[in-house]
Amino acid sequence: MRGYLRFALKRLLQLLAVVFAGISAAFFISHLSPISPVESIIGRVSGQSSYSPQAIQSLRDTLTELFGLSVPLHEQYFNFLGRFVRGDLGPSLIAFPTPAMQLVMLALPWTVGLMVVQIVIAWLVGNILGGLAGYYQNSRFLKAFGIVAIGIQPIPYYIVAFLMVIVFGFLWPVLPISGGFAMNVRPSFTPEFILSVLGHSILPASSLVIVGLGTWFLGMRALVSNIVTEDYVTYAELAGVRQQRIVFGYVIRNAMVPQLTALAMTLGAIFSGTIITEQVFAYPGLGSLLVRAVNGGDSAVVLAVSCIAIIAVATAIFLIDMIHPLLDPRVRAE
Amino acid sequence: MADILTVEHLKAYYLMNYFGITREVRAVDDITMSVRRNEVYGIAGESSSGKTSFIRVLAAAIRPPLRVVAGSARYEFDDRSIDVANAGPEAAEAIRWSHLSYIMQGSMSVLNPVRRIERTFEDFAARPLGLSGRALRQRFVEHLGRLKLPPEVLRAFPHELSGGMRQRVTIGLATIANPQFIIADEPTTALDVVVQKDVLSLIRNLQKEMGASVIFVTHDMAVHANMADRVGIIYAGRLVEEAPTRQLFTAPKHPYTAHLVASLPRIGDTTQRPALEGRPPNLADPPQGCRFHPRCPLAIEKCRQEVPPLATVAPDQRSACWRWDDVVPLPGSIPAARVPEPVR
Amino acid sequence: MFSIFRDLVRYNIEFAIGVVLVGSITLFSLLSFFSPVDPTMIYVAIPDRPPSFEHLFGTNSRGQDLFWQLTFAFRNTLYFGLTVAVLSRIISITVGLAAGYLGGWVDRVLMFFNDIFVAIPIFPILILFYFVMRSNLDMFTLALIMACFGWPFDARLIRSVALGLRNREFTRQAVFAGMSPLKIMREEHLPYVMPIIFSTAMANMIWSIGLEVTLAVLGFTNINIPTVGTALYWANSHSALVVGVWWWILIPVILIVLTFLGLFLLAISLNEYIDPRSRLRRMGV
Repeated sequence: MRGYLRFALKRLLQLLAVVFAGISAAFFISHLSPISPVESIIGRVSGQSSYSPQAIQSLRDTLTELFGLSVPLHEQYFNFLGRFVRGDLGPSLIAFPTPAMQLVMLALPWTVGLMVVQIVIAWLVGNILGGLAGYYQNSRFLKAFGIVAIGIQPIPYYIVAFLMVIVFGFLWPVLPISGGFAMNVRPSFTPEFILSVLGHSILPASSLVIVGLGTWFLGMRALVSNIVTEDYVTYAELAGVRQQRIVFGYVIRNAMVPQLTALAMTLGAIFSGTIITEQVFAYPGLGSLLVRAVNGGDSAVVLAVSCIAIIAVATAIFLIDMIHPLLDPRVRAE
Repeated sequence: MADILTVEHLKAYYLMNYFGITREVRAVDDITMSVRRNEVYGIAGESSSGKTSFIRVLAAAIRPPLRVVAGSARYEFDDRSIDVANAGPEAAEAIRWSHLSYIMQGSMSVLNPVRRIERTFEDFAARPLGLSGRALRQRFVEHLGRLKLPPEVLRAFPHELSGGMRQRVTIGLATIANPQFIIADEPTTALDVVVQKDVLSLIRNLQKEMGASVIFVTHDMAVHANMADRVGIIYAGRLVEEAPTRQLFTAPKHPYTAHLVASLPRIGDTTQRPALEGRPPNLADPPQGCRFHPRCPLAIEKCRQEVPPLATVAPDQRSACWRWDDVVPLPGSIPAARVPEPVR
Repeated sequence: MFSIFRDLVRYNIEFAIGVVLVGSITLFSLLSFFSPVDPTMIYVAIPDRPPSFEHLFGTNSRGQDLFWQLTFAFRNTLYFGLTVAVLSRIISITVGLAAGYLGGWVDRVLMFFNDIFVAIPIFPILILFYFVMRSNLDMFTLALIMACFGWPFDARLIRSVALGLRNREFTRQAVFAGMSPLKIMREEHLPYVMPIIFSTAMANMIWSIGLEVTLAVLGFTNINIPTVGTALYWANSHSALVVGVWWWILIPVILIVLTFLGLFLLAISLNEYIDPRSRLRRMGV
């Protein structure tokens, strides 16, 4: 137990380091740009109608104050860190004066929901099917599935989502293609709302699962094809151990371990794919928020989303790392 | 009493097709032999001589591209008889572990790393023993005791045990269901000598207790001298000589055997040992006639053209050589007077 | 080298299909050098014409011939993918080999950075860059940023290969024989590492082009440079599907999917070829 706690502590420190590095990077990227956010807003505003020079100047002063740009950069950085720990990233522009963090927190559960659903289905089911395919090399169904997976796997998330919109929006409109829930339903814990939420999540989730399932299937199949040549599998077969026991207890169980590591490594990509898909389906998660913020020139929200994204992914990786020793007893010994 | 295993004209080949080239590797090419009850039969041969493929057939554990092409390998157990070379999977499953078991090479990796020893034992032994729950566990503890392993081993994971303990566990796994026939595939290779001695005496004691027959495969002639009642020498997929151990060492009747036997070094003996020229043949394209002729110091024209049959040349001794009569022990062999009686 | 290529094409169907697909797309993009039209000009042809003999892929709503437009689009996109692949190979090989060979604190520091880069999701960062740079974000800068994020996986892979090679017998023998480390790396180890580099380069191209297409479709790159992504962006902003100009969407999508498929097939068939165990499995009749 003590070893596990020490391991957890080490990983926790690593998590904090990653988060710190990530949000600092995000801060510096957004503040070291050659384009000043103040000037770009001024440019946009004055392009739409004309203002007197004094009005422009007072606007400039107010904005500079608002963005905290009146102090030198390193002071801005410390201000930023201080405010960040308190969860304050300033007001948003697209929904002024709602705080940026609040917008992000409203959108976060939707994204997390999609991610959990697609990971559970795509990773779990994909791995099990891939494991069976790797062991039962002669199954025609699994071989066909493999070919389909190869065909779908390289297609980027956006295009799959797009194709789904085409199919279910124009050709066969049976499922809702936008929004998180129907417009006339009020958000509350009623069955009506919950059903509406589930219904609206089917398409985005399916789009994500389609892309992900193939990837895990192929990876697992390749992994398992190598594991079946391992001595302990051959020995169990030699001994007449029940085939079902071998497939699940010996082969898949051992292959899950590197697949869990792979999941941790690709979580960043999965997250990116999720928020891209959200945007296509106008799903009220971080993806749609981000695009809206960029188009609206709202740097506070963009920064907020970036920071939360970094924290979310890093935390998810940390949690997966915590599960790892439970699956692999060899790691426990370290 | 009938022999427990009778192999007749067994042939097993690898049939492969890669990048348009078809290859037929004759790993087991017409082997006929038998193992008696309560006997330890040693099989010696170089790597890629086909001995591993041979015992895989005997263990009913071959998979494509290795296939049995001809012949039979029949076991006569107490309650049933089965030809594993031609039997279906159900018949083979019925004898696995309860009648026929296997000790594999390499104790490092034969145990499932994510499963506790106890569960692995359950996987292997529950079906053949027909027990479960407490009775089963009791059996395990008893058996581990015979192997001088403490009951705590059951709750451990493989990586928590030392190499020697793992090897004992593996032997325990193979013997828990009291099989009548055990195939041991190089169980002591890559073990240091001290552990080797332990493992060998363990196998010997278990064999005596259970009255089982053992086929013991190793390229180490010293181990054969210690363990085997009879030894069979396999070269290039064929059995080239077979004799009781003592006879084999003191009066080999095949040039290859003579070299093998002479290769054992002894303290104080500085005789130069003649090395065999050449390399083992490619089993996809073996030489005509006697497969050993390219390297044989006694080879004559007949050897190049006709395959010598495995014929009985002395009491209980067979040799596949046209010139068996001219084979003499080479310098460096242990003189007859010095070969101890078998330890059993 | 060439004989391996020939064998793979003849006997590995996936490799053959991959070569055909990627080859055709490359040829297609090379046609752009012979294009009679200037891709940056708009309204030079009758807009919204379906595919015909005059305009092989039809024309789009901006009055451009889609065929020649796409040749430029694919040329830029492939060029982008190659740039990212080459740049990230350089980084990942350097990091991977250094970490694997030198070990010790060098290894720990590099892997620490590696883990950080793995944990940071790239998409929000890219958007952040676009947000601050707007139209200053040209192809090369974008490629540079992506290369900075595309190296972690492959660096780890190369590191583990380097670790394995370092401890192998033949390396020790070469060291004892007095071969200089650089010579060892070049002559003994590179043949092992090269196939891995090729196959990961393919996967990297799929990843970077996919990301570029995604960004461009959202309008987050320089939309005046013709790439596959920007073509889709313009198609979207002109509501191509609704208006009925389906070829503007469908043809680029089909072509890019074929490109990805080709690259993917190359990557997995190379991967399978490298791994001797999978080669053995293919041998069983």
